[in-house]
Amino acid sequence: MAASSDIREKLRMKRRALQDTLVKNKNEDDIQALVPSAKFNVDNQPTAMKEAEGSDEDPGESLRRTLRAQREKRKTKLLEQPFVQDEDVGEVSPTQYNSPNEGPSSRVDDSVVSTRPPTGSQRGVSVKSEQPSSSLHLDTFVTRHLQEKLRAARSKGESLQQQETSKDSSEPVSRLQRLKDRDTITRFDREADPVSSGRHDDPLTLRSRVKFQEQARRVEKDFPTTEEAYNFFTFNYEPDQPSKPESKSKMRQKQRDGVEEDDRDENGQEEAEVEEEDEAEEDNQDQNEFQSEEAPLVRNEDNLFVIDHLPQDFVEVRKAEYVGFKKRVQRDCELLFTPSFRAVPTSVKLPENTMPRFLEDEGLYVGQRPAVSLTNKNISENRILKMAEGSKWFGDDGKILALPDPIKESSTRPPLFHMDEELDPALQTVYRKAMKSQYANLYIAGATDPEGDYQLDVDVSGLIFSHHPLFSREHVLASRLAQLYDQYLSRQQNNLTGHLTEKLNGLRKALRNMMRIHGEQGSSEALQHRISEYSLEVRNTRQLRDLEQEKDRTLLRSIIKVWKEIKSLREFQKYTNTPFKLFLRRENVDRALDEWEYEGEILKEVLELEAESEEQYQKKLAEYNKQLEDWKLWRKKQKAKQKKKKKKSQTQDDTEEEQEEEEEQDQTESEDQFEEDPVKPEVPERPDIDSLERWVREKASRIRRKPGEAILVPELCTSGGVTASDLCPRAEVARREDVSRRSLFIKILYNYKEVSRTDSCSLSTDFRVHFGQIFNLKVLNCPQSINLQVFEEIGSSYSLLAQVFVPVPDPSVVTGRAPIEEIEFSSNQHVMFDHEGVGSDVPLSFESDGSNKLTLLTSGKLSCCVSWGIGEEGVPLAPPLSQHPGGTHRGLGHLDAVSYIGASGLYDMKKIGEWAVQSRLDPNDPKNTSIMHLLKVASSGEVTAPDYFRLEHLQEEFNFVSDEEMESSKRFRLLRLRNQEAPEFRNYKFVPLLEREVSDKVFQDYEKRLKDGETIDTRQHLNPHRAVVAKYLQQIRESVINRFILTKHHYQLSDLVIEEEIPSIGILGINLFKLAESKRPLKPQRIERKKVTAQNLSDGDIKLLINVIRAHNIPIRKPQSSKPGQSSQSAVQGSDWYLSQVQVRPFVEVSFQRTVLQTTTADGPNPSWNEELQLPFNAPNGDYSTGSLQSVKDEVFINIFDEVLYETGPDDKSRATSIHTQIEKHWLGSVKIPFSTIYSQSKIDGAFKVNTPAVLLGYSREHGNTSVYDQWRSTQGGTFVRLFITVEPQLVPGESVREKIKEAEFNSQEDERLLQASEKFEKHAAGGYPDRPCITTVIDLSGKTIFITRYIRPLNPPQEFLDAFPNNPQEATSLVARYVSLIPSLPDQVSFSATCDLLSTCDQFLTLLAGDEQEHAVLLCNYFLFLGKKAWLIIGTAIPEGPTAYVLTHEQSGYFIWNPSSGQFYEKGDTFCPLQTVGCLVNSDNVWFNIQENPSPLHTNFDITKVKMWKPFFSRSFSHPGLSSVQVNVKPYLYTSIFSFSLECPCIPKMF
Amino acid sequence: MEKTSNSSVFLLTVNGQIEGANFPDYDNLYCKYCYVYGHDWAPTTGLEEGITQITSKSSQSHKLIWNFPLETTFKSTNPSGWPQLVVSVYGPDVFGNDVVRGYGATHIPFTPGQHIRTIPMFVPEPTWRLQKFTGWLLGRRPEYTDPKVVAHGEGREVTRVRSQGFVTVSFHIMTKDMKRMGYDTGPTNSSTVQFATSSQSRDAQ
Repeated sequence: MAASSDIREKLRMKRRALQDTLVKNKNEDDIQALVPSAKFNVDNQPTAMKEAEGSDEDPGESLRRTLRAQREKRKTKLLEQPFVQDEDVGEVSPTQYNSPNEGPSSRVDDSVVSTRPPTGSQRGVSVKSEQPSSSLHLDTFVTRHLQEKLRAARSKGESLQQQETSKDSSEPVSRLQRLKDRDTITRFDREADPVSSGRHDDPLTLRSRVKFQEQARRVEKDFPTTEEAYNFFTFNYEPDQPSKPESKSKMRQKQRDGVEEDDRDENGQEEAEVEEEDEAEEDNQDQNEFQSEEAPLVRNEDNLFVIDHLPQDFVEVRKAEYVGFKKRVQRDCELLFTPSFRAVPTSVKLPENTMPRFLEDEGLYVGQRPAVSLTNKNISENRILKMAEGSKWFGDDGKILALPDPIKESSTRPPLFHMDEELDPALQTVYRKAMKSQYANLYIAGATDPEGDYQLDVDVSGLIFSHHPLFSREHVLASRLAQLYDQYLSRQQNNLTGHLTEKLNGLRKALRNMMRIHGEQGSSEALQHRISEYSLEVRNTRQLRDLEQEKDRTLLRSIIKVWKEIKSLREFQKYTNTPFKLFLRRENVDRALDEWEYEGEILKEVLELEAESEEQYQKKLAEYNKQLEDWKLWRKKQKAKQKKKKKKSQTQDDTEEEQEEEEEQDQTESEDQFEEDPVKPEVPERPDIDSLERWVREKASRIRRKPGEAILVPELCTSGGVTASDLCPRAEVARREDVSRRSLFIKILYNYKEVSRTDSCSLSTDFRVHFGQIFNLKVLNCPQSINLQVFEEIGSSYSLLAQVFVPVPDPSVVTGRAPIEEIEFSSNQHVMFDHEGVGSDVPLSFESDGSNKLTLLTSGKLSCCVSWGIGEEGVPLAPPLSQHPGGTHRGLGHLDAVSYIGASGLYDMKKIGEWAVQSRLDPNDPKNTSIMHLLKVASSGEVTAPDYFRLEHLQEEFNFVSDEEMESSKRFRLLRLRNQEAPEFRNYKFVPLLEREVSDKVFQDYEKRLKDGETIDTRQHLNPHRAVVAKYLQQIRESVINRFILTKHHYQLSDLVIEEEIPSIGILGINLFKLAESKRPLKPQRIERKKVTAQNLSDGDIKLLINVIRAHNIPIRKPQSSKPGQSSQSAVQGSDWYLSQVQVRPFVEVSFQRTVLQTTTADGPNPSWNEELQLPFNAPNGDYSTGSLQSVKDEVFINIFDEVLYETGPDDKSRATSIHTQIEKHWLGSVKIPFSTIYSQSKIDGAFKVNTPAVLLGYSREHGNTSVYDQWRSTQGGTFVRLFITVEPQLVPGESVREKIKEAEFNSQEDERLLQASEKFEKHAAGGYPDRPCITTVIDLSGKTIFITRYIRPLNPPQEFLDAFPNNPQEATSLVARYVSLIPSLPDQVSFSATCDLLSTCDQFLTLLAGDEQEHAVLLCNYFLFLGKKAWLIIGTAIPEGPTAYVLTHEQSGYFIWNPSSGQFYEKGDTFCPLQTVGCLVNSDNVWFNIQENPSPLHTNFDITKVKMWKPFFSRSFSHPGLSSVQVNVKPYLYTSIFSFSLECPCIPKMF
Repeated sequence: MEKTSNSSVFLLTVNGQIEGANFPDYDNLYCKYCYVYGHDWAPTTGLEEGITQITSKSSQSHKLIWNFPLETTFKSTNPSGWPQLVVSVYGPDVFGNDVVRGYGATHIPFTPGQHIRTIPMFVPEPTWRLQKFTGWLLGRRPEYTDPKVVAHGEGREVTRVRSQGFVTVSFHIMTKDMKRMGYDTGPTNSSTVQFATSSQSRDAQ
């Protein structure tokens, strides 16, 4: 202990020293230290201060400052104790002034408290109490950190406390006193109103004061001052707060890192911590009071302890290196908490000032705590301490509160040795039925009774095979015998023969009686009738009896026959397989009596038969007589007729008649006579009595035993022995072994699910299996099927032999009362054996010659019984009837929407009624109530079946509101219009919820538009014609938009799914080839950029890139011979100057959407800038959708200026010293490129002809005629600028609706075959040459697909052109070209706001007075054709239009390419021809696709007859079907005068 | 649309979280969500779209947990176009390419209270086998041009998809003025809702 105290002393000394230096330094650079110190904290935070809340900047700064201070302090080592104390105090007080948050009052407060002597023992309490508020605006980290230190120290330091205090007493006392003095001074200095500023105003500061006070008190034994006493009694001390174990442990860890090198005694460290604690208390206080500046000062002390641990801790090394990582770690610190697994010191866990109290030591019983590993315990302790109010989980002994381990070492359950008598009744097991789950109700249809549990008893008693594959032949016979015997027995039991005989006798007796009565009393009608009825009955009964007797007889015979066969078989095979034995018992009869009975029977029968036949005869005779009468009558008529004809032969006729009558009597055959039949009826035969008797005797001998013969009674018994296996041949032994191997079991399937199975019983030699098992099934589901599956088991494998479906029993069938039923089964499986077993499904013959084969199938009888169980009170556990599946019909009837609504009349009532009668529906059966009700209603005539058919008979019921309401409601109208995608409401948001909130204004535009549909406003247009045209265009636009909307709903896969295209072999090859390419090729090619969909774009994302490469043939300045304003200097230099100077200094200025950029200035008429200009692009209204971008009408203006520098000087005086230069821009020309072109083509690369004014004053095109090239170029007379324009990022151009329109199958009048061919042609063209446009079909204004050749037809231009130059066709041609070019151009994109390419006919074109290049080209081509030229339409790409149409003419001098929009023509070889690609040529006969290597017109051979260069659409295989033209024959020109005028006046186009 | 400010609307507050997902074969997934709603709807507060952190499975559980909060309030004048939550799950494939693992959508429940929705997820299938292979190899599998496609029925007939897994989303729904505007979404009134949610949340704990 002494050693430890020594060390402690040393530590203390050191600390003091450090404090001293720190304070000194701090006082020196008071506020300067603030800034650097911030870094320290930031550095430290990841490691030591994990749980800084991150809310405050202060800790960082303060730590930073401390670091700085410490560093400085380390340089100067002052160890003067009193000075230290003094400074120490001073350190506290000045900081108070700096508090930004608290007024002077609180400061005063503070000073008051600090001077207060210590009072009670609330130290720990107060320390903790400040915590909750700390998060608000205090530095939580520091507070906690220090608190924990305090606690840690206290755990061990408690014991040393007394000693320490005594040792320390001198210093602290003096210090505090000094502090007191000092404070009073400051207080009086600063305090403005000490009384009014109550200390309770700020509880936060108060609490910290309290803390400080306790700190002081702990050291010093003083009496409380009055303020303190007051404070003590008024202050509301808050309960303990949880502290943060984690940071504490971190701190400790850190400390150890430093300390462990020194290998210090643990005690010493603890003491140090105690020391630290003192300071920490002060720290806390200050920290709490003054957020910002002074806190770091105080924390200096805190870090003093670290100072001698490691120098690295104080070096600002870590600051710069790991900013990113630190930030991340810092962020982690804010979010994550990793509990330490280090032990938590007891002091932290316990309330302040409490010793751990060990109850065990006090003699109290403490249960054994549950075993938890130390690490886990530490972790959970740390975690709990982190929680709010965590310390309440700790007991007095500093451990987590825990109940005694509930798990006992040994089983607490007493072994149940004395089961019977001594079992605790509480431990008695109680049987509870298995609880049915709630969901079971779902299965029983309509089960209302949740308690209803139903039991189905399935009794499987046994199985008998009537045939089995393992039957031997003898078995087959035996089973047949057994069957026959069974039959015999059952017949005997029923004794039908005897029964019928009795009945017959009775009937006969009755008949006899009646006959007797009849004979006596004469016949009454009723009696006669009865007699005949009786005799009929007798006859029927006799016949039945005969039948039965015959059956008996044959049965007996067959039994005997089978038995004989068995006997012969047994003899043959010399062994017996079956125990059957048939005994025939003879019952001797009295022969005389028997014979008498026999004869009597025969007699009776004969008599009866006689009577019957007699009766029959009589009947027939009567019939015959009647027929004869008729015949005679007919005969007489005939004769009368004959008499009239020939009277002479009358006598002859008479004789004939007599003869015929004789014949009639002789006739022995009775035949049916037809009344109408003129054939004479025949006399019925008199029954032959003898033959009758003979027939009766014959029959009797056949079906009855002979009189006197003994009665044979067969008796089948199984007493016979079976030959032992030893004596049998091998085959039989094998069979028997096979039999013994087999066993059978039965699976019970309830509702197709196996619920149970019987034990496996081996097959006995007599092929019977006895199971005798009863299965009780608890039934939850409605029984639908009960299925018993018979399985045969051979070894371990088993196979399904047969299935027996047992009918679901009626609820009345309950166990005990249900008889065992034998249900037959059979199986068609094919079995064959090589032993004696006969097999199954195998032909088998018992005859020696193999004839009379029979095929036996495995079959048998299963005796089983299915019945409902009986509950405890004898209640059958059967579900009520309504729960059977059939019962659900009733419920359905109620739910049937059709019948509910009354549409039941749809059914044919009559048929239902008939069916009901036929099927004998039980009217009382609840199942049938609905049908019965229906029938009743139907028959009563209340409902008459409608004789119409309603298509949607439910429509009315489901109507939302009535139509009138729908119409009148503004809201519904709005919704409907939006749904119909009316243009005004297509994207209407927030249809008001309430009717009244829909303003009438909403519809104004819409109604106005509807109204305007009819009227044409002429004011806005030049003349009525234009107004009509505008209207018409508007209509077309709408129809196109509507179609577009329609097609928008036709989706393709590519519309929905982005999928990488499969790299074809070719592309793969190219890619492979690319690998070998040089990294920086000499001629780099543009790489395809990634396309950006328009949806996620915003303003500023899109830029227009314009690369101004160079220009050609820019006009040059004329020599300025006479310009008086110019300086004389230039004149002086003269022509030499001009020759040496540039002729022109052009630059390009690009303006687009209010942005103007310009290139640098270049020199000469052929300048090269090669500059890229970026212009921002803003979509209208920030809408970057495809449709919106397409309709952008902005244009890019590219102007070429000449920069002219003039030197101007105000006077000559200043010229010597300064030069004044005036810059002038001289406009030379411009190029206009619409944005829609750029957008649709995504990039434009080429030379543009610059529009230059006809006359450029001061400039000339005449160059120096220096070269042939220039000369040639000058003849072209154009200035060209080469540009590359694109949009960055590349936008996805609006997909062509054309494809979709085609897809949508808009009506076309073209032949289907033609359309297919054109599609194929275009596809092929696109596949082979994707960059060459190929058009074979176009869409006209009505949306129909039309083959393009129909558009080409000679058309007369206005006659004036032809008349103008009658002798010069060349002039006329150019006139016509000019005429066409003057027609305004209107791109389809702009006019129809979609990339829908419509081609109007020339007539329509001239009517509309606007159209795109294609229409111009078609018109021009037609005019040329009229003029007798060879003209074609070129479908190709040009600059800047992109895909467009030009016109090709063939003259003597060669091919000429005409730009229809400008009226200019180019020779084929012209390099400045804007046409870049020739896709295909079209004339009225055919379409040719360019398959030449180079598609540029320069290299194209226009000889369309060459098949290798031009692929014709119509070829020999697909000849031209003779398509008629869509163009008009002759165009009458109404406005010819205007147009001819317009030819002369170029200002006319501007009117359009 | 300044006139909507004084017009009557009803409000739908969606709180909840994308709890997690069950993708048996995939790991390290993250999830994007967005709402799809009709013309008459507008979000008033909260995030309309979001993206979760990447989560990976633990060795014990095969569930991916995101616990990504959703908090959005919509206002509307018309129940037609009721908002749907569209979630799409992405994650790396064997080669580390970020590929889509599933799309799914569910309507926001319209009864107040707590709801848990398990959204079955699916991805579009490649059009043919070779494409499937190359897509797998290059990590460029077919994706929807817009995940919101899955909230619409239009045009879906042209796609083929394969089912992938499930995403579980829990919703706590509150509505305001629905009943007053004549839309009765269920028997619950506000007080019982309060009770129901609180009791359920207790159960959850």
